[in-house]
Amino acid sequence: MKPATLWRIGLVVALMLLLEGLCLTGFIDKLTMQPPHVMVADIVHMLVSGSLNAAIAKTLGNSAIAFGLAMIIGVAGAIGIHRFKAVRETLDPLFATYYAIPIFAFYPLLIILFGLGDAPEIFIGTMLGVVGVIVSTMNGLDRVPRVLLKTAQISGFGTLETAWRITLPYAAPYILSGAKLAVAYSLIGIIGAEFIMSSSGMGYEISFAYNNFDNATMYPLIILVLVVAGTLNAGLARWEKVLMIRRGLA
Amino acid sequence: MNSSSFRSLRNGAALILIILACWQGLYWMVGDVALRSPLQTVLFTAKLLASDSFWPHVAETATAFAVALVLSVVIGLAIGFALGINRFANEVFEPMLVTAYSIPKITLYPILLLMFGLGISAKIAFGTIHGVIPVALFTISAVRNIRPVLVKSGRVIGLGPFDMVTRVLLPAAMPEIFAGLRIGFSLTLIGTLLGEMFASQRGIGFLLMNAIGLHNIDVIMALTFLLTLFAGAASTFLLYLNRRLQSPT
Repeated sequence: MKPATLWRIGLVVALMLLLEGLCLTGFIDKLTMQPPHVMVADIVHMLVSGSLNAAIAKTLGNSAIAFGLAMIIGVAGAIGIHRFKAVRETLDPLFATYYAIPIFAFYPLLIILFGLGDAPEIFIGTMLGVVGVIVSTMNGLDRVPRVLLKTAQISGFGTLETAWRITLPYAAPYILSGAKLAVAYSLIGIIGAEFIMSSSGMGYEISFAYNNFDNATMYPLIILVLVVAGTLNAGLARWEKVLMIRRGLA
Repeated sequence: MNSSSFRSLRNGAALILIILACWQGLYWMVGDVALRSPLQTVLFTAKLLASDSFWPHVAETATAFAVALVLSVVIGLAIGFALGINRFANEVFEPMLVTAYSIPKITLYPILLLMFGLGISAKIAFGTIHGVIPVALFTISAVRNIRPVLVKSGRVIGLGPFDMVTRVLLPAAMPEIFAGLRIGFSLTLIGTLLGEMFASQRGIGFLLMNAIGLHNIDVIMALTFLLTLFAGAASTFLLYLNRRLQSPT
């Protein structure tokens, strides 16, 4: 293992021990934070008893739907926009400023439009992710060599077949960077929306536990969210690296 | 005015027109139950801006945002320069920063509330943890991309660490750092507003949440419109500065 990795693990362990010490000596009081070993025990207890399985399944399911929608709409949209230069030039300022706009501010409006439920949450998750996917996919499409497109023309491929067999495979590493964004954003969108206002899901359970000083539920759920998000992201990053190395890009 | 800036102006105008048309179309479809037309929204926004009870909330949000932004930039630059200069420390910490960037930070908000208590300091802390990471990550990459000859010249002249940062590293890395500042700006704003939306008694985020409870569509539309306008305008301005920094002519 590389020394940097060892150092990193060592630092995390040291931090945990420090927290453990601060909590056990009462420097951090019990209402604020429980000692880490209690949190771990609480996670095991929560997962074994299955008391929050419905909430976990709902949040992850909705995030998956939002992710899927963002990918489908994003890739299809990018292919469409890429073909028309004028459309792209008009939309460019939108893409440049999109992530500066607090999308969550639209959540109240979406609740009024769709009612409180899954629809506005999925809408927010998709909205957050889709532009990232569009921008990275177009970035990939820009790099497809002309010779490949000409080969497709000579072989008599139609638009769909060209996209399916030439441009999309070529742009795959770039689309994957977009997918990484979409995973992070769909989780942020769904959980954030549940947090602000909803009636079920992990975000809702965390805020409910917070309101009831129920640290035995709150901390395990928070850790679970962080672990799921971190793992998904690390997995995608590794896959992206493999693809990049295979292309000789990294 | 040269042709490229004319084109970008025309594109921006076309985009705004298209968005307004979509908005008006949606309003005709959905009706008064859930939406307001662009004209009604602008009129109500003007009324809101003229009312006295609105400004304390703006001041609250603006204060929290400003403090959080200053903290994000200062801490982010400090982390960025420390890790950008020290290769080994960067290898240890950068993966941690990247992971922290991608996690849904809103789940950490209850912990911050327990640590800081309800009030402006929790909002500031929440805005800061959103903004600090992109500033740090962009600064790291900016510092590492500085041409080595500049750093070597600095050493030859015998600059101390402080002079090195202010005279050599900062000016050389500025364009890329600025890109990070732009993202940090928007994320800090989003963080501050999210904090207000979840648990707060004052600020624009609180007004928005309050308006859902009262089903006050006028207020929701006006606030969303104001926030989008502010964020869009600020981002466009920063993007313009960024482009000027990158291509000094």
